[in-house]
Amino acid sequence: MKIAHILGAAALVAGSVFSGGVFAADINGAGASFPAPAYQAWGAAYKAKTGTGVNYQSIGSGGGQNQIINRTVDFGASDAPMADDKLTTNNLLQFPTVIGSVVAIVNVDGVEGLTLSGPVIADIYQGKITKWSDAKIAELNKGKKLPDAAIVPVYRSDSSGTSYVFTSYLASSSADWKSNVGAATSVQWPTGAGAKGNEGVAGTVKNTKGAIGYVEYVYAAANKLATTDLVNKAGKVVKPDVSTFTAAAAAADWKGAKNFNASMIDTAGADAWPIVSATFILLPKNPTSGAQSAEVMKFFDWAYGKEGDEIAEKLHYIPLPEAVIQDVRKAWASEVKADGKAVWTN
Amino acid sequence: MDATLSGTPAGQVLAQKPTGRISDPIFVGLLWASGIFVLILLGLIIAMLFEGGLPALREFGIQFLWSTSWNPVTERFGAGVMVFGTLFSAVIAVIVALPLSFGIAFFLTEIAPGPLRRPIGVAVQLLAAIPSIIYGMWGFFVVVPLIAAYVQPPLIEWLGPLPVIGALFQGPPLGAGMLTAGLILALMIVPFITAMFVEVLESVPPMLKESAYGVGATTYEVYRNVSVPYGRTAMVGAVMLGLGRALGETMAVTFVIGNATRMSASLFAPGATIASTIANEFPEASMGSLKLQSLLQLGFILFVISFIVLALSRVLVRSKLKS
Repeated sequence: MKIAHILGAAALVAGSVFSGGVFAADINGAGASFPAPAYQAWGAAYKAKTGTGVNYQSIGSGGGQNQIINRTVDFGASDAPMADDKLTTNNLLQFPTVIGSVVAIVNVDGVEGLTLSGPVIADIYQGKITKWSDAKIAELNKGKKLPDAAIVPVYRSDSSGTSYVFTSYLASSSADWKSNVGAATSVQWPTGAGAKGNEGVAGTVKNTKGAIGYVEYVYAAANKLATTDLVNKAGKVVKPDVSTFTAAAAAADWKGAKNFNASMIDTAGADAWPIVSATFILLPKNPTSGAQSAEVMKFFDWAYGKEGDEIAEKLHYIPLPEAVIQDVRKAWASEVKADGKAVWTN
Repeated sequence: MDATLSGTPAGQVLAQKPTGRISDPIFVGLLWASGIFVLILLGLIIAMLFEGGLPALREFGIQFLWSTSWNPVTERFGAGVMVFGTLFSAVIAVIVALPLSFGIAFFLTEIAPGPLRRPIGVAVQLLAAIPSIIYGMWGFFVVVPLIAAYVQPPLIEWLGPLPVIGALFQGPPLGAGMLTAGLILALMIVPFITAMFVEVLESVPPMLKESAYGVGATTYEVYRNVSVPYGRTAMVGAVMLGLGRALGETMAVTFVIGNATRMSASLFAPGATIASTIANEFPEASMGSLKLQSLLQLGFILFVISFIVLALSRVLVRSKLKS
């Protein structure tokens, strides 16, 4: 394990050296791959504006958590929120940056605009529904001619935040799924085949007749994939788009959530898309360098602003509700202290 | 060295000696260091894998080696599915690669006309130079859809219902699975096995072959009764070496094996190998977690399997070269 650390640290050092402009003020982050395009685009725009570089290494959420626990980076990034006790033990502040969503993609001959529901998808991924012509699917798609073809479920083989969000949704929709499979960055899938990354899942679904898969909306939108509509908790059929994602973010209980871990999975909002989740930043509450920590917060403060939002939206991410951003700034001011003094003042 | 033999006057050698007095020990020291470095590095890697994976072995006991559960949610881990998948895909690879390598090697040494020998030889070597990830992408975008469309449906229909061997040909035509992984692996190990076969066939004394031809043997008979028996042990060693390579192959396999941590006897069912599981799960395994420890233990098991195969191959190759 030690060797892995040294290699990881060496990679980060090399990354920061070769990215040019080695100012003392450059900030280093590592972790989740899902928000990486947003963080990298923000970093580039921020450097152009302020001269402070942001080196973000997309190494996966687990790696991001490990790096920030070891304090080898200034901030870590994770898709799945860190457990409360782990945050306390490692003295970390957790806050969300952008919101993403997961959509189902299908390859069914001759059918467009398919509608599915959480319980139905859970049954498909458990091998209980095996044909597209199944009565439960037909009931959601009245008037559509469904082929009598076998369903091939496809999942992410690499452990990922996307799988975490998707399996959380299935666990929330189906008691069977919750007790038999559960929710995690990777699970023991009862049936189907795994492919690596969003591109692997999308490619396999495209190549396999009757396949169903799931990818991040960001990826589906950029590649114009055929997505399905879903029946949400309120019983309404919703399309995956910015308005339904924003509705989910608005319906979440941010005030009652500890460490900003507000669930946006299967919310009660009337127009809410059911598979929505925030991605998080992990910041030490006891930074060794207060100035460096302040730079990190300055960067995200800028990213929460108008310019940051525009960049995020262009990449199909959903900005946080304004009230949540205010709470994040308050948490910065009250929780992050170097030598007993607050690093951030509002 | 004997100066008189190489034609250098003795006086000159003595005159040169002082220049090497300081540099020589340094040079020898560096050589020692290089040799020892490899040993230490190997030892450290084994130690790291073993030490890192020990907690998993303590938690699950020796059953870890054959338990077929790999459930990150309940944190019940076992290596059974991956060990099986690793061996199954590698054996498929060897079964496919063996006749192909025999064919190419014998063609190159016996049949191919001079001008054709080089291009084919170079092409085989180039196959070995293609990075694993390229095989993976080619397998994913080209081979998998072809197998799903043209190979699996008829095989499932014709052979699936048969008793006993039918179990090998059941399941949905996904394209990705054990067979596809084995085929891609076969292509990847063909260059290595072929290269060693060529070497072995070339070492067959011409006198033996010419005698056989002289008594009226056909090409096939010479091949079957002279060349192959002469190099049999070394050839088995070459195959083991190919097997060793197939066991550890990661990226290409991850793309085409279907990545399912379920046990299945079917050639078409998606599976997982030790290397592909580590590649898939490592980035999200957090420090100190049972998952990371289980992955390190998996790495150690792969190391042991590869070591055994490699050791066997060396023994077999060497025994022949000595005789």
